[in-house]
Amino acid sequence: MEFPELTKGVVRSNPIFVLLLGICPTLATSSSLRTAFAMGLAATFVLVCSNLVIALIRGVVPKGVRIPCFIVVIASFVTIADLFLKAYFPAVSAQIGIFIPLIVVNCIILGRAEAYASKNSVGNSLLDGIGMGIGFTLGLLLIAVVRELLGSGSLWGHKVLVGYRPMTVLIMAPGAFIVLGLMLGLFNWIGQLRKAR
Amino acid sequence: MDFERIFAIVIGNILVSNFILARFLGLCPFIGVSKKTSSAFGMGMAVTFVMTMASFISWLLYAYVLKANAPLLVWLAGVSGSEAMRQVAADGLETALRTVSFILVIASLVQLVEMFLRKSVPALYRALGIYLPLITTNCAVMGVALLNTTDAPEPLGLGEATLQGFCAGIGFTLAMLLMSGIRERLEPLDVPKPLEGVPIAFVCTGLMALAFLGFAGMA
Repeated sequence: MEFPELTKGVVRSNPIFVLLLGICPTLATSSSLRTAFAMGLAATFVLVCSNLVIALIRGVVPKGVRIPCFIVVIASFVTIADLFLKAYFPAVSAQIGIFIPLIVVNCIILGRAEAYASKNSVGNSLLDGIGMGIGFTLGLLLIAVVRELLGSGSLWGHKVLVGYRPMTVLIMAPGAFIVLGLMLGLFNWIGQLRKAR
Repeated sequence: MDFERIFAIVIGNILVSNFILARFLGLCPFIGVSKKTSSAFGMGMAVTFVMTMASFISWLLYAYVLKANAPLLVWLAGVSGSEAMRQVAADGLETALRTVSFILVIASLVQLVEMFLRKSVPALYRALGIYLPLITTNCAVMGVALLNTTDAPEPLGLGEATLQGFCAGIGFTLAMLLMSGIRERLEPLDVPKPLEGVPIAFVCTGLMALAFLGFAGMA
């Protein structure tokens, strides 16, 4: 196991801000911290488990049918996450709605399966899954903090900004696009400043 | 199907709750393939085609195999005569198998469409060629299959589901075309360096979504 495999997904190749993967669930679930956190955890669970299983079976699966095999593995873990959330957190599950079953078509997960887990050892694939999952969750939470704080004046459902008139548009669809666009710009700007130095 | 329902589905899916601008479905191809109008149109047509087909097939799968008291499950329960199978028929298989079965249907459908077009409509195949395999992981296709069946606010008929798939595809194409028009005009402009490319595209999408919010009044 190599430790850098764990950390690379968090900053250097963050799935949301650097690789631009998994944008649909990011925008759909970042209107509040609670849904963003649940989505991040569910995706991390699926990512870690599918990376693990795919790294285990990579020697047995014929090359021609590998994508359908990966999809079935991923879909099984998505179903587990879906049923778990429905059973124990029905309110959050209802809020996230179809984006839980849609984890199956999330490009991060199939992308990591194809680009990493199908070529690397079990230990490294596990670390890669954990790192990418943490990176995805942190990215989601970052967007959700901005949107929930400015869009409804609260954090994790608790009122934080008293006497503040919320910009409701930020928790609606247009705000999601604009916040993500500006944040991508901000990270590009920081990157360019660091390169100039 | 009365005219009012049809009208509601058409306007609802193309304008009011546009798949890209209001539901956040299908954003990867939207950002990835909207640099040129011609490729945006090709992608839009391919997605519309697959979404219509996927709506039709996934509805049939849901109604006859997956949902509670589906004909196939009831028949199996009758044939096997076992108590366990009767329980399965009463509960349905939708929660356990919807994700796996829908993704497999979509993946094989895309493969089938690709083979069919290559053999019989080579001109269209060449035009869509590179976009076709990408559609499997387009969440708009899986999304419309779910919204037609297990996650529908009210039960839909086969015709309504197929129409919804088609109109959602048209709404997707509309947003792609608008975006490609904007991005072609953005190219020569002097955009602040950190915002060049994808970031400014997202900001423009946000402004477009704001404009589309106005259609919500029609619902």
